[in-house]
Amino acid sequence: MNRFTYTKANSIDDTLREVNADHDIKFIAGGTNLIDLMRANVEHPSHLVDINHIDLHAIQETAEGGLSLGALVKNADTAYHEHVQSRYPLLAKAILAGASPQLRNMATNGGNLLQRTRCYYFYDTATPCNKRVPGQGCSAINGFNKIHSILGTSAHCIATHPSDMCVALAALEARIKVIGNDGERVIPFAEFHRLPGDTPHIDSTLKPGELITSIELPSKGFETHYQYIKLRDRRSYAFALVSVAVGLELQDDYIQEARIALGGVAHKPWRDETVENFLNGKKAAEDAFETAAEMMMKDAKGFRYNNFKIEMAKRAIVRALVDARDLKTPEPLHCYTYNRHQQQ
Amino acid sequence: MKDIMNKEVDDRKEDAIVTEKQLLPVQLNVNGKQYILHLEPWTSLLDALREHLGLTGTKKGCDHGQCGACTILIDGKRINSCLTFAVMYQGVPITTIEGLAQGDKLHPLQQAFIKHDAFQCGYCTPGQICSAQGMLNEGHAYSRDDIHELMSGNLCRCAAYNNIVKAIEEVIETGQTPDAV
Repeated sequence: MNRFTYTKANSIDDTLREVNADHDIKFIAGGTNLIDLMRANVEHPSHLVDINHIDLHAIQETAEGGLSLGALVKNADTAYHEHVQSRYPLLAKAILAGASPQLRNMATNGGNLLQRTRCYYFYDTATPCNKRVPGQGCSAINGFNKIHSILGTSAHCIATHPSDMCVALAALEARIKVIGNDGERVIPFAEFHRLPGDTPHIDSTLKPGELITSIELPSKGFETHYQYIKLRDRRSYAFALVSVAVGLELQDDYIQEARIALGGVAHKPWRDETVENFLNGKKAAEDAFETAAEMMMKDAKGFRYNNFKIEMAKRAIVRALVDARDLKTPEPLHCYTYNRHQQQ
Repeated sequence: MKDIMNKEVDDRKEDAIVTEKQLLPVQLNVNGKQYILHLEPWTSLLDALREHLGLTGTKKGCDHGQCGACTILIDGKRINSCLTFAVMYQGVPITTIEGLAQGDKLHPLQQAFIKHDAFQCGYCTPGQICSAQGMLNEGHAYSRDDIHELMSGNLCRCAAYNNIVKAIEEVIETGQTPDAV
């Protein structure tokens, strides 16, 4: 690990002042991804600002009837929070599908959004990687690419975004509040992460020096019909090969509103509004779900070892939609702590 | 290049920011005792415990947050001590495996691990036991499936999993859980 200097910030002002002083800084909160990347010599900041003491630790209801999740609230505390459990169980379930209990106790909401890909070539400094060093080339495109993207790829990068939480946030249309020396702004979730294009070293639209302050959930939580399905190489504590977050609003047997977001398939949580619009107004039946799954994978392209993800994603989408339709809510709390669909 | 780097260091000094030559003072509260250490900021909490305080019960397995051997309790909640810096824990109550027994009286989880033969080589065991205590403190384990899922952050290379689960189940069932540690 490189050597660095370290200061503690006690306020947002403190933090943003550090940005002025030195542009080679990183904010550290949970540190679960940053420290790992520093050990691998992928990240090497010269200065760390410890932001854990800033007052961004609250989960509170918003004037619009939604919920504001402080950027520094731990993932575990968010998932088990009373209002998240009752109003946004899709989010609780997605968070609890990720990482391990230890890591969820450390990792923060803001940090979860900013975690970097687990592409093994990105981590291995002995291999070329455009995300790590722009212009070096991509080792994954013609390499061992089992865990890589099938949608939204470019000739420069086929890495995936690794988060589970973010897949649910995409489906819920969360908004991200950020602050920088140019002031505050709110970023719709769909615009927060980006596709790799020819600049895969840039993961998100957060500008250098900007700090995430909160995740704003809208009032609609799809708490009656939802499902998060995560498929991975082992039953717990592994990144998704494919994951699906579904929220449905049903009236009788018909879909009023559908949300589908996919994880493990692209450089960002993947949504396709044409698919959701196709489902809106349709009977919530398997044939419509199967058509939706085909539509969602229409442009999917495998890179040899990840070809299986296309069929896997289609089946996971159908299963998540069926599960969401048939869900008996509220689920008891312990259902969130393992993959319920794998126990049946 | 060297001049530029030196200048950056000099600028830092003017801003009263620590330079990389300086050690940072930190007071760690471990198993009820206070320790004052002077540490490089990149010292992991795990290394501070093992190398600076001699508390070698906490193990270094992968040093990447993937195996759970370094699990300790911060304010009763379990974390991976390898993936965090010691300077971030000023004054926060830390419990390691050394802090669970009361004198010669083993903690119920320690006793149950022995009774159920819940380890072979023992390297993952301090992390398993701290993690199990953390899980009990968190209060979300209601079934064997829950234990499987909520203990998944601790790998056991000897695969003593069945007996680990039995040991934890016994502690839950007999209600021997001591007050949150």
